[in-house]
Amino acid sequence: MLKLDACKIANGDFTLTADLHVATAASVAIIGPSGAGKSTLLEAIAGFRDLTSGRIFWNGDDLKDQPPGKRPLAVLFQDNNLFPHLSAEQNVSVGIRPNGRLTQDEHAVVGAALDRVGLSGMGARKPSELSGGQQSRVALARVLVQRRDLLLLDEPFAALGPALKAEMLDLVADLIAGTNTTLLMISHDPQDARRITEQAILVADGAAHPPEATDQLLDNPPPSLRDYLG
Amino acid sequence: MAERAQPVSSIPGIGTAACVAALILGTLAAVALRAETGGGFAPSDWAALRFTLTQAVLSAVISAGLAIPVARALSRRRFPGRRALITLLGAPFILPVIVAILGLLQVFGRAGWISDILGLLGLPPIRIYGLHGVVLAHVFFNLPLATRLVLQGWQEIPAERFRLAAQLDCSGMAMFRLIEWPMLKRIVPSVLAVIFAICLTSFAVALTLGGGPRATTIELAIYQAFTYDFDLGRAALLSALQLALTAAAALAALRFARGDGFGAGLDRAIRRWDGGAPVVDAFWIIAAAAFLLLPLASVVISGMSGFFELPTQVFRAALTSVTVAAASTAILLVLALPMAAAVATGRHGIVELAGILGLAASPLVIGTGLFILIRPLVNPTAVALPVTALVNAVMALPFALRILVPAARDTVVRYNRLALSLDMKGLVFFTRVLLPRMRAQIGFAAGLAAALSMGDLGVIALFADTQVATLPLQIYRLMGAYQMQAAAGGALLLLLLSMGSFWILDRGGRWHAEA
Repeated sequence: MLKLDACKIANGDFTLTADLHVATAASVAIIGPSGAGKSTLLEAIAGFRDLTSGRIFWNGDDLKDQPPGKRPLAVLFQDNNLFPHLSAEQNVSVGIRPNGRLTQDEHAVVGAALDRVGLSGMGARKPSELSGGQQSRVALARVLVQRRDLLLLDEPFAALGPALKAEMLDLVADLIAGTNTTLLMISHDPQDARRITEQAILVADGAAHPPEATDQLLDNPPPSLRDYLG
Repeated sequence: MAERAQPVSSIPGIGTAACVAALILGTLAAVALRAETGGGFAPSDWAALRFTLTQAVLSAVISAGLAIPVARALSRRRFPGRRALITLLGAPFILPVIVAILGLLQVFGRAGWISDILGLLGLPPIRIYGLHGVVLAHVFFNLPLATRLVLQGWQEIPAERFRLAAQLDCSGMAMFRLIEWPMLKRIVPSVLAVIFAICLTSFAVALTLGGGPRATTIELAIYQAFTYDFDLGRAALLSALQLALTAAAALAALRFARGDGFGAGLDRAIRRWDGGAPVVDAFWIIAAAAFLLLPLASVVISGMSGFFELPTQVFRAALTSVTVAAASTAILLVLALPMAAAVATGRHGIVELAGILGLAASPLVIGTGLFILIRPLVNPTAVALPVTALVNAVMALPFALRILVPAARDTVVRYNRLALSLDMKGLVFFTRVLLPRMRAQIGFAAGLAAALSMGDLGVIALFADTQVATLPLQIYRLMGAYQMQAAAGGALLLLLLSMGSFWILDRGGRWHAEA
């Protein structure tokens, strides 16, 4: 279980408060107006941003002293999820070992992950030789080999077209199904949220609210969300 | 506030910066302590100061003055070979001074082409030695730099302004006053300051074309105090004077500098509707190209005839030069890469200061200081080559940092979160992400360092005895012995080596580079 205990997160002059918990293996959307602090929340959980006060626990462990790379989570950012000078296979390999020196068995794991996301035989290609959708698949293959309990998505598919984005979200849902992975996903698009999450955290008016059912939140939005959804 | 954990430590960079600062400041302290103020400045020292300032002012004014019409012509004309010509304007930066001087002598010298033509008309030959020779060579080196800087100013004028001016039917003087004069007022002072600062530390030009009581720069006077009189106290005193001068000029140049490096964005299309006389523009472009190309062509032509009969000592010197340049490039990268990484992670202060220090000290001042420092320990001539490689690297450092820092900063900004989320940091991040992402810039910086070191005729002259020579020094000695054929062959070899090493390293950095 992910627990944010009376957290205050500062970003410049802006402060976001969060006091909530997310059940293990839940899929949760983070929705709210632009600039409300969705990314700030995700950055705090991922360890890129210090808390002004409060604590974040994963299964009872305080994450405070854990640097981003040691936390039990994998992140996909809006962009720059791949190193352009590394091949697809190397980009996945750094998910197992940052120095990229793998054992025979680990190589097999990487190969299997690429197969799983539909990139069989493309391991030697550089990101520039792959389409936008294929690049996203490489990043997802890396998430697979990282085997983390939590997966944070900061709109990594925003640059893809609507059909491709839906395809990627289905792939994410498919990849984490039955793995006990907890998914937190920022979304600007209510359809995306409905597509693969059952719950949603509303971030608005300086606070991240506890998760509630996605459909219910979107069907009966509070005023701050209603203005945004239009 | 945002937590800013960094994937790469700034400690190695701060360490190397401290070493560089210690080296430069240490040699300067040695110079200051050793300087003998008892006797004060001799009349010849004042003459050297006067000459240094005079030639630097003249060189700066003439270079900038000529650069304005050339840049104006280049900015408003499109013709085949324009890009090549602009690229060529960057070449003198890495052109060995001794090669250029040989070429200038062959064109403008007593027995040169121009004098031959004058002779046919019954006129006396030109005299190239002395003030006008020194200024001529400095204009040869700095006119291209000035042209590039002024051209950049022209190209930064938004195309809309020209459109508006054309709409208002501005042309000629009106156009100049409305648009071009304000730009020149902004750019030209910085061009003057930069060239003035560069010419203050002129050594090789003064060594070959100057000399004598009436044409000695301070840098040359340091060398003479060393080699002719072996008067360390006087060399140190002159070094202190030179240091005060260069530090002041470097500060002034930095104040004027507008933060942008050489070579960025030189080919945006600007359309102009005020024709001007094409003949005038053509004259300036052709004259500038001829001024730059004729001496080089002359070196190539005269060098080829002697190229295959070069004395073995030239090849030995060439081998020495290649070794020194390779070592110097390696030292530069060892210093510059951690420093660039440290600046990229936000530790500017001391690192950037150390990078700039190299601009304030001249090679001969550092050389003098090093000589004073190491003489109690070892025979300075025994370490002539390592010292040359080291000083060359320190001198190339400010340029290398200007090339490397933006790329390092960009890489860290772009990939630090991804790297941190993958627990990739320290040496792994440095070797697996930072170096590969900066390959093109590393290649460019290494190429510059190699070419500058290959062509350097400075510290080596101070330290070397007759047993050791780099190629530029060997060429200088051949010229002194009037073996002009061998000198020309050696100059061609040096030209090929320095341009070749630049080309290989720069290309190597961009080979198969991904976008």
